[in-house]
Amino acid sequence: MPERAVRLRVNGRDLVGLAESRTLLSDFLRHGLGLTGTHVGCEHGACGACTVLVDGRPTLSCLVLAVQAEGAEVLTVEGLADEGGLHPIQQAFRERHGLQCGFCTPGMLVAVKALLDENPDPSEEEIRDHLAGNVCRCTGYVGIVEAVHLAAQALAEDAR
Amino acid sequence: MLAELGDDARVLAGGQSLVPMLNLRLARPSALVDVGRVAALSGISANGTLRLGATTRQVDALRSPLVAERAPLLSDALHHVGHPATRSRGTLGGSVAHADPAAELPAVLLALDGEAVVRSREGERTIAAASLFLGPFTTALDDGELLTELRLPAPPAGARHGFAEIARRRGDFALAGAAVVVAPDHARVALFGVGPAAFRAEAAESALAQGAGAEEAAKLAAAAADPADDPHAPAAYRAKAARVAALRALLAAGVSRA
Repeated sequence: MPERAVRLRVNGRDLVGLAESRTLLSDFLRHGLGLTGTHVGCEHGACGACTVLVDGRPTLSCLVLAVQAEGAEVLTVEGLADEGGLHPIQQAFRERHGLQCGFCTPGMLVAVKALLDENPDPSEEEIRDHLAGNVCRCTGYVGIVEAVHLAAQALAEDAR
Repeated sequence: MLAELGDDARVLAGGQSLVPMLNLRLARPSALVDVGRVAALSGISANGTLRLGATTRQVDALRSPLVAERAPLLSDALHHVGHPATRSRGTLGGSVAHADPAAELPAVLLALDGEAVVRSREGERTIAAASLFLGPFTTALDDGELLTELRLPAPPAGARHGFAEIARRRGDFALAGAAVVVAPDHARVALFGVGPAAFRAEAAESALAQGAGAEEAAKLAAAAADPADDPHAPAAYRAKAARVAALRALLAAGVSRA
């Protein structure tokens, strides 16, 4: 199958890569652009591990073809923090034990970013509702919910 | 273009049902026609009728004040359609055209007496919701026809609605669900997840018109269900869940219990 150039703005950088029209955005990010922070779990939209932001909206990158994302602005887990540091959401996950094996974490972090961008002070119910599509087999979610509350507080303090 | 490519080509809209099928190799179309960037197919407007472009993203409809005002049943139901990340891309028309028996939007279209506008090289026609859903993943659209718009008429005066769904986890496909609209001399009860396609429970509707309470109407609605055994739930459980979902939706719509 012929490849074509796909232009994306990923984590603030304009990037071009080659993709077959059947290539998934998740595979394009990992293999085409070398951004392996985005994890691929179920590859059919059931687990949420591959969640990225496309034009600011949480999106399952395994359910989008790379060519469909042409011209889009994409945020992956690599784009959350400045070089060498942790984003307040990452810091909060670390402090509240919001991860163990870490496989679901990139998708969780990006999904939480989408939530807090829109709703800076979510209730537990809203957090659980928003993250219902992100499956974690280690934590039992309690640490994740606490981490989101903590991240919300940290971001609110940063904004002050 | 669909006509030229033949019946092995598939329309790709939001891709939240079709791409999983491609990834699992359950579908192997010869060509995909991506309608995602056709601006004329998306957007929400209203005169007497609420018009929803087929590729309107579910999240945009969920957040639309116009939808909340004109079709609050649709807003309620959209909260149950997948997860935030699938609603970002999933479209209204895609969900209707895909016609998953457990999907919410076909039942909403039935309960609101909606219509689907479809277009082909031969021209345009509208299909009433009541004749749209023929079976699992099967609609009345012909090969070469594209769903372009959903139309919802203004609800009758004094209409109230209810929506209820029973699923194993938030955002999962329903084991059973119900969408209800009631007004003076008007009742619509649509069930999903408990038959080969979403359907209107007409016996329950006529009973409501004659003053039946929610308990009785829910029982009649569930009696019209035709659930199958599957790995998620046995048929008997789904039938029970259908009665409970219908009861909850009817109570939410203000129908008295007895």
